[in-house]
Amino acid sequence: MARKLPRKDVVIVGLGWTGSIMAYEIAGAGLDVVAIERGPWRNTATDFPPGYAADELRYRIRHELFLRPDQTTFTFRNKMSQTALPIRSWGAFMPPNGVGGGGVHWNAETWRFLPSDFVLRKHLTERYGANFLPEDMTIQDWGITYDELEPHYDRFEYLCGTSGQAGNVKGKIIEGGNPFEGPRSRPYPNPPQDQPFSPTLFAKAAHDLGYKPFPQPSGNMSRAYQNPLGVRLGPCTYCGFCEWFGCGNYSKASPQTTILPALIRKPNFSARDNSEVVRIDLDGTGKRATGVTFVDTDGNEWEQPADLVVLSAYTIFNVQLLLLSGIGKPYDAQANTGVIGRNFTHQTTSDVVSFFDPAKFVFNPFIASGAIGTCIDEFNGDNFDHGPHGFVGGGYMGQVQTNGRPIETTPVPPGTPLWGAQWKKAVKENYQSALKPGTGVHGSMYSYRDVYVDLDPTYKDRFGRPLARITMDFHDNEIKQNKFLTDKFAEIFQAMGARQVHKEYRKGPYDITKYQTTHLCGGAIMGTDPATSALNRYLQSWDVPNLFVLGASAFPQNAGYNPTGTVAALAYWAADAIHGKYLKNPGQLING
Amino acid sequence: MRRRSFLLSLAASLVSTTSLSRAALIHDRVPWAPHPNSAPEMERLGPWQFFTADEARAMEAIVDRIIPPDPETPGGKEAGCAVFIDRQLKGGYGANEGLYTLGPYIKGAKEQGPQSQLSHAELYRKGLAGLDTFCRSSHGGKPFAELSTDEQDAALKKVEAGEAKFDGVDGQGFFSALLKDVPEGFFSDPIHGGNRDMVGWKMIGFPGIRYDYRDWVKRHNERYPYPPVSIAGRADWTPKNRER
Ligand SMILES: Cc1cc2nc3c(=O)[nH]c(=O)nc-3n(C[C@H](O)[C@H](O)[C@H](O)COP(=O)(O)OP(=O)(O)OC[C@H]3O[C@@H](n4cnc5c(N)ncnc54)[C@H](O)[C@@H]3O)c2cc1C
Ligand code: SF4
Repeated sequence: MARKLPRKDVVIVGLGWTGSIMAYEIAGAGLDVVAIERGPWRNTATDFPPGYAADELRYRIRHELFLRPDQTTFTFRNKMSQTALPIRSWGAFMPPNGVGGGGVHWNAETWRFLPSDFVLRKHLTERYGANFLPEDMTIQDWGITYDELEPHYDRFEYLCGTSGQAGNVKGKIIEGGNPFEGPRSRPYPNPPQDQPFSPTLFAKAAHDLGYKPFPQPSGNMSRAYQNPLGVRLGPCTYCGFCEWFGCGNYSKASPQTTILPALIRKPNFSARDNSEVVRIDLDGTGKRATGVTFVDTDGNEWEQPADLVVLSAYTIFNVQLLLLSGIGKPYDAQANTGVIGRNFTHQTTSDVVSFFDPAKFVFNPFIASGAIGTCIDEFNGDNFDHGPHGFVGGGYMGQVQTNGRPIETTPVPPGTPLWGAQWKKAVKENYQSALKPGTGVHGSMYSYRDVYVDLDPTYKDRFGRPLARITMDFHDNEIKQNKFLTDKFAEIFQAMGARQVHKEYRKGPYDITKYQTTHLCGGAIMGTDPATSALNRYLQSWDVPNLFVLGASAFPQNAGYNPTGTVAALAYWAADAIHGKYLKNPGQLING
Repeated sequence: MRRRSFLLSLAASLVSTTSLSRAALIHDRVPWAPHPNSAPEMERLGPWQFFTADEARAMEAIVDRIIPPDPETPGGKEAGCAVFIDRQLKGGYGANEGLYTLGPYIKGAKEQGPQSQLSHAELYRKGLAGLDTFCRSSHGGKPFAELSTDEQDAALKKVEAGEAKFDGVDGQGFFSALLKDVPEGFFSDPIHGGNRDMVGWKMIGFPGIRYDYRDWVKRHNERYPYPPVSIAGRADWTPKNRER
């Protein structure tokens, strides 16, 4: 039997990026807030000090900072006709765990989506006609515009100290920035990071080919920075142990380095770590959440009553908790009804590995950071005419030098044996003069009727609850998109003077064993119609109005950028709605 | 749990309520303890912890074929790759710790990921036995370790190609594990028992965990000149006469 804790005004499920943002914002409104986090508390000095943070085996290969599949995992299949099988060890994506969530070990590539991304169906149908879209593609508009979100993007960038070069300030195009970005109200808080050799070569080649290269917006600090909450970050030292690792220098924007030190001092905030929320509790009507039930690491079950529940457990855990709690109508792909689990997406990525003459090129690939590099945006979203190409969507692409860690990044030319003397020689010869971008082609994945999440009929978690089941495959549209983008990307490496350029196209079927990104999106999407969305435009549940669901689960489809800029902006947007609208008159905010 | 970390966590639970593994209520201040929560353990030389003497002989021969010695750089054996794998198999990796192990076990499409019921430790135990059986039957009773290096290469190629059938274990699966684990032993931090004297890092020019390249980021196309550093420091930081 669950023991009952004293009631709180707000309970937050998951203390990662969105949970931290929301906790800070509503604790600021004077409400009594508790955050419940599945994993441990984590801190720079005690958990990833520079003396041992740079352990490739421990953190990259054994992924020590991540969730363990024996705690919970998912089942996976490509097609509805297959039997889904459990993901026994992580591959295609790597679910975060612990205070700070994905913010602890992300790269901090900090993007905004394009204005047209938010009105995607409308925009594409107007430009190309409805027949241009594949029949089973289920893309939707978000119910929000870029202009509405702009102030919230800005807040996140200033929270993080994002290092970058603006390309469009209030409509004025700025040389050296991304000319395709939506208008921003002011420049980035910090200048771009210094670039190592390879991104500067990429920039020159891209420029010569007629593109407009720019430094990737990065949450790795180009200089010391104090954010509006009074929290200070130190300059990034290009340590090259960034993605997958905690930063030992307080130089990577994360909840730890931007929010938590200020949040924890608020007397009306508390957090519980090592406690997994197992369901959102509802009252007899099923229309009102009464709080959550969680289990701590000693196996004790607790009930935390609250007036307002904020679900911020990361995309797929959000969807899983909604399904397990019986909130919203589960999506049925056969019947094409229901909403929870619908429009699930990931990212369409690929890479180009190129080999340069070792006598002429020394790249020092280990001088790196999670988000450092140069990109172009000519082939993202609808920045180019798709008419002749027969697909929609796109992505940014760039020479992003994330690491030269030798287990992961010792590329050898195709055709080299996988072991033995020749392999060893090729590793040695090419280490300094090969380029394998940490982020290469970063393409969109649009939504389809047969790509979704539901509950698995067979496999259970350690509590005996059904695992969430992922049904996902690449569709022709994304395969074509990727071929087009990868070819364009490869041309740039050719122009940089590579003597061999190897294209690693993304091909179907979707492979759960190959890491792509941890940018899962959708499954509890926002929109304007309760028949096709789980949340209204304020990320409030249509079914249970005292529940807000934060995270990329709200994306109706995924764009050709990393998600967290948009995820965080939406969290601020929802917090504003709670402040400005919900608290004054708790209830359904739309037609309420 | 190893003795040291057991004592540490015992101490932590006595002095504070924020030991990493127990649920805690955090309020008013960031949980803080004046020591690392998760300091690394250093693997030391010494007897084999997982492999039997015969298995160890075979493993040392295998790692030297996967990464053979050459005039400039030692091979897998001297670099400690077999010791690395031994320590890994004795630990959580060997036991498939943290992986999802509930049934039913069904063979699916390769895109659905590994569905084997064997732990990594069992995979090596059976794989090494299978390799020796295969070699004995084709080489007049000689196990893998006693073959010439050419014969060893030929035998491994057969395993790689799936032409050598093992009993009770997928030989190709075993070989894929070797292709992952042996280079990890060559390139991971020496505290894990391989990459002895940082030979793997020196071979390619990787500076290890130096962590700060602000002075070099803008020095384009110039070779980084400083030698590598590991989590355990560097041999030349320890004066010779104090080495034991
Ligand atoms: C290796 C890696 C690199 C990445 N790089 C980038 C990048 O460069 N740019 C970018 O934009 N994005 C990147 N991402 C994605 C980014 O981390 C996420 O978009 C972001 O963290 C999402 O924020 P969130 O609040 O939705 O989830 P998270 O930050 O993951 O927080 C969710 C929290 O909820 C907790 N939780 C889950 N279930 C429960 C439960 N049942 N009970 C209690 N707590 C629970 C989790 O433990 C976690 O702490 C990366 C991700 C990874 C893994
Ligand atoms: S690359 Fe920079 S931001 Fe990333 S972990 Fe290293 S020092 Fe921190």
